[in-house]
Amino acid sequence: MKQLAVISGKGGTGKTTIVAAFAALARHAVLADCDVDAADLHLILHPTIEREEPFRGLDLASIDKDRCIQCGECLAHCRFGAVTDDFDILRFTCEGCTVCEYVCPTHAISMVERISGMAYVSMTRFGPMSHAALGIGEETSGLLTTLVRTNAREFAARSGRDLIIIDGPPGIGCPVIAAITGVDLVLIVTEPTLSGLHDLTRVLGLVRHFGIPAAVCVNKSDINPDITDSIILQCAAEDVPVVGVLHYDPAATQAMIAGMTLPEYSEAGLSAEAAQLWTELVRMLAR
Amino acid sequence: MTSHSEDGAPTMNIAIASGKGGTGKTTIAVNLALSLDDAQLVDCDVEEPNCHLFLDIDMEPVHEVSVKVPVIDEGRCTLCGACTEFCQYHALVTLPTRVLLLQHLCHSCGGCSLVCPSEAISETARVIGRVERSTNPHLSFYRGLLNVGEATATPVITALKQAAENEKAHVRIFDSPPGTACPMIETVTGSDYCVLVTEPTPFGLHDLRIAVEVVRHLGVPIGVIINRDGSGDDAVAQYCATQNIPVILGVPHDRRIAELYSAGKPFSQHLPEWRDRFRDLFDRISQEVRR
Repeated sequence: MKQLAVISGKGGTGKTTIVAAFAALARHAVLADCDVDAADLHLILHPTIEREEPFRGLDLASIDKDRCIQCGECLAHCRFGAVTDDFDILRFTCEGCTVCEYVCPTHAISMVERISGMAYVSMTRFGPMSHAALGIGEETSGLLTTLVRTNAREFAARSGRDLIIIDGPPGIGCPVIAAITGVDLVLIVTEPTLSGLHDLTRVLGLVRHFGIPAAVCVNKSDINPDITDSIILQCAAEDVPVVGVLHYDPAATQAMIAGMTLPEYSEAGLSAEAAQLWTELVRMLAR
Repeated sequence: MTSHSEDGAPTMNIAIASGKGGTGKTTIAVNLALSLDDAQLVDCDVEEPNCHLFLDIDMEPVHEVSVKVPVIDEGRCTLCGACTEFCQYHALVTLPTRVLLLQHLCHSCGGCSLVCPSEAISETARVIGRVERSTNPHLSFYRGLLNVGEATATPVITALKQAAENEKAHVRIFDSPPGTACPMIETVTGSDYCVLVTEPTPFGLHDLRIAVEVVRHLGVPIGVIINRDGSGDDAVAQYCATQNIPVILGVPHDRRIAELYSAGKPFSQHLPEWRDRFRDLFDRISQEVRR
């Protein structure tokens, strides 16, 4: 079984649009939307949920005001600033470490189970999809991302599918790390802007840090041909294959509004380029 | 978080956020800061900072950002396992001959050190990033960088905001990271106003709804900017209308703007009518804050 993760460093380069296209082109794949914070793939793939499981994140501290003597030990020890001057716990800030519970002299603090999100295992018109939604302001997106990937692997094994395609989040932090750990290939979708070039350097550093093979695709390349060339040169210097140079196409937005993948919307333009890109990735994954 | 400007008036703190990545936060933050006379710009996207690419400036280090991690004194450790039992993040493993720390799982809560019955755990600092500022006098600019491979941006953002707030300013503009999780929340918390930048597409709308819910929970007033206006449909505009969220600016889908952006050129400096429009935007935000 192989795993392909699509990330970008910089946001808005076209990861989800491209992953949706791959979903339509792939034969035996399971989709995994690992952008649990702002998941969008379902807007194109329209999954029918078959199973949902609450995701239990870190517990939340809770102060019993009747027992609380306002000694301030919890406030003094909380490293995250989650205890207010009125001895309330800030839900978005509490990281569930249990130090306050430990130091409270009157046992006024207890830890309460916190459901941080929901994980879904679904079917789409192209096959199985594993996805999730993180609750508003909740932490532990890395753990939920890992759960999405675990569910995808189980689904793939169960249904005899041999490829998992992962739609990753932007950035280089914990959620991205959780999305790419252990994959066979990372596709980095970049754009020919100074921002894209700068962020590409950092995300390549991340992928290198974890020793994962990478390939790059330049999206909207015609916006700035000079920077497209710079990206191609930089990748050559770093021995990273450039597997696609795609052109800006309003069909990407039109397909999204129509709730379709690019291959369903048109056969020319960006859709055709995405198909070529897919063929190249399949070849790389087969090696 | 109120600080003050030189003349004693309270600083106006404006966060520029989004739900979806790539909607134009940095574009708006940079152009707004450059169009005002005395704004301070703070790049809080410490995973992938981009503001500096649009500014003709040099940077100098302010300080490194570190987090505390435990150090186990093997001479005192009795392998009782109390620290391992306590750690909610599975960052400690009690092996037969020693306790192993998995640094990247540690949340720096200090709990293990508290619970150790043998006083075998102390803490040391581990560097995860740094804060920098511009040296040029004509623009006050701060940014933070999370070291590649580190998991958590939030402590760098916290340190960055503290460093920036030490310097007085009339207006402080925070360029937020994308998304709606902890790094964005840390950036937006305490602001007087939050601008949510979106695109008029289904992805833009979906992620905007989440961002609105988060920012409302933080109690910060919201205004929306629709970037690449005209490139999609009007679902975002309709949503804002039904939610009573003002659309405070529309930036049209214009290839010139895209090309200037790609080359790192702030378009308000190359398309002159836009400088006034950003100043008007600031006046609009000021009105909304006073309301």
